[in-house]
Amino acid sequence: MAPSHTLSTIVDNRQRRVHRHRLVVALLLLLLAGVFCLTLSLGQSFTPPGDVLRVLLGEDVAGASFTVGQLRLPRALLSVLAGLSFGLGGVAFQIMLRNPLASPDIIGISSGASAAAVFAIVVLSLSGPIVSIVAVVAGLGVALLVYGLSFTNGVAGTRLILVGIGVSAMLESVIAYLLSQAPAWSLQEAMRWLTGSVNGAQLSQSLPLILGLVVFGALLLSRGRDLEALRLGDDTAAGLGVRVARTRVIVIVAAVGLIASATAVTGPIAFVAFLSGPIAARLIGSNGSLPIPSALIGATLVLVGDYAGQFLLPGRYPVGVITGALGAPYLIFLIVRVNRAGGSL
Amino acid sequence: MTRHSLTASQLAAGYDGLDIFSGLDLAVPPGAITVIVGANACGKSTLLRAMSRLLTPRQGHVLLDGKSIHRTPSKELARTLGLLPQSPVAPEGITVADLVGRGRHPHQGMFSRWTRQDDEAVAAALTATKTMELAERPVDELSGGQRQRVWIAMALAQQTQILLLDEPTTFLDISHQIEVLDLLTDLNRTRETTIVMVLHDLNLAARYADHLVAMAGGRLHISGRPEEVLTEQTVREVFGLESSIITDPTSGRPIMLPIGRHRMAPGETEASP
Repeated sequence: MAPSHTLSTIVDNRQRRVHRHRLVVALLLLLLAGVFCLTLSLGQSFTPPGDVLRVLLGEDVAGASFTVGQLRLPRALLSVLAGLSFGLGGVAFQIMLRNPLASPDIIGISSGASAAAVFAIVVLSLSGPIVSIVAVVAGLGVALLVYGLSFTNGVAGTRLILVGIGVSAMLESVIAYLLSQAPAWSLQEAMRWLTGSVNGAQLSQSLPLILGLVVFGALLLSRGRDLEALRLGDDTAAGLGVRVARTRVIVIVAAVGLIASATAVTGPIAFVAFLSGPIAARLIGSNGSLPIPSALIGATLVLVGDYAGQFLLPGRYPVGVITGALGAPYLIFLIVRVNRAGGSL
Repeated sequence: MTRHSLTASQLAAGYDGLDIFSGLDLAVPPGAITVIVGANACGKSTLLRAMSRLLTPRQGHVLLDGKSIHRTPSKELARTLGLLPQSPVAPEGITVADLVGRGRHPHQGMFSRWTRQDDEAVAAALTATKTMELAERPVDELSGGQRQRVWIAMALAQQTQILLLDEPTTFLDISHQIEVLDLLTDLNRTRETTIVMVLHDLNLAARYADHLVAMAGGRLHISGRPEEVLTEQTVREVFGLESSIITDPTSGRPIMLPIGRHRMAPGETEASP
């Protein structure tokens, strides 16, 4: 084979990988947009897409303005934003520690943020954006605690995961205790902090989420290349010129910021952060980076989970119950498989 | 092509506040193959880690062209000094060409696009390591020897003048060990790449090294041409092993034959325990 021919195969194959990646991202976007439109127009009653569009454009449509504008839109928007945050934050941790079990909802960061949010609401009687700030700070605190406790000659992924599971269990009991001390709380509100839900969503709640996504999401994506290099192992990445320790700190801050700001609004929607990355890895294969596909999958999971919980099952369930039911079997599968083979993302 | 000099002066490094080695001076001969040998836990890998910035030395300096590598921007360093660690991780399902392309990382900016140069570097690396026909295969499916060649290809795509390798032949059977060492020698001869590697096997080390470094007791014990370094005395001092050294009829390099307590030829007396 002539050298030019082999070079052109290399180029072709690389371009094919790039196109595949773009195709998957485009299809995921399309799917998300489709589900989004569906949840806006079809609930307990059907609203014609034309009416939905007119409501979105700010017109007053009899019979549709309330259902679509006040009920369905805030709910769908919040689902998408929270899902994007969970998907992005989760996959960042999984890539960085090269272990699908390293998801923030398993290593205690979500429970840290929820515990802080519950404490702020129940004990300190706070509400609004300040709760989000408290949750983000607490999430970071828990991340640092878990990181610090598992630090001996650098951080090993498995040690961090085990420490995180322990810390997470402690924080769950804190949440349970706080909720038991708040008798005035409705069951629905309590459910939010246990499994996560978008019940009673309001449009104004999406602001802190958008802010979180813009700030922390951009920070995370700006380290995308270094994060990708970390998939080859810390030493190899360092050999390629990645400043491993600094990249880790930036990724942790960004991912915790995303997870915690979403958790403060919707509660810890179970297993979305945990599931999105591996699903994205399955779809993308070797064709490129995972963060953006994973974010889109997270958003779709929350949106579909919430829709299923409301309309597709007998009785109504918060979204966290649905995603939890999806995630738990996968967790068991993963633990069995990782124990056997030592998997990576 | 400019030749870069890599030296360590009065280097001390270790873990948990304990020095694994100290007071170590080493000048890596440019354009040559340097092999580091020594008993288990003597600090061979630690030395390699300190020389490639994976580990911050507790004392002393590692100098690349007279400048401390700990003060050089990491990407700039990664364009001159490449490293293949002992157990690199291949992401699940990644193809050979994709993995080799990762070696271009230090040549790319945060958002810069893939260039013709990048493609050419990948193609050249695949050709040099004879892995071109594997380009679209998943790395998981390759044999140990093929996989090691692919990792070396990744390091080649990085296009560094100096390449450090930590036990590149571990877990390989003997024919693949020779294949990898021959490949590294080819690179050294054709591209004048300076190679520094840790090897376990003394005889392979003596066969392939231009410059042999033996470590023992947290020090650089002896360094020089293999004929000077691999002696019965060195083996005794470094490994605590009695041996006899003969000359390899093929390469003219020394070969170490260990003397144990058993299996003596008739006429020899078995050594007492």
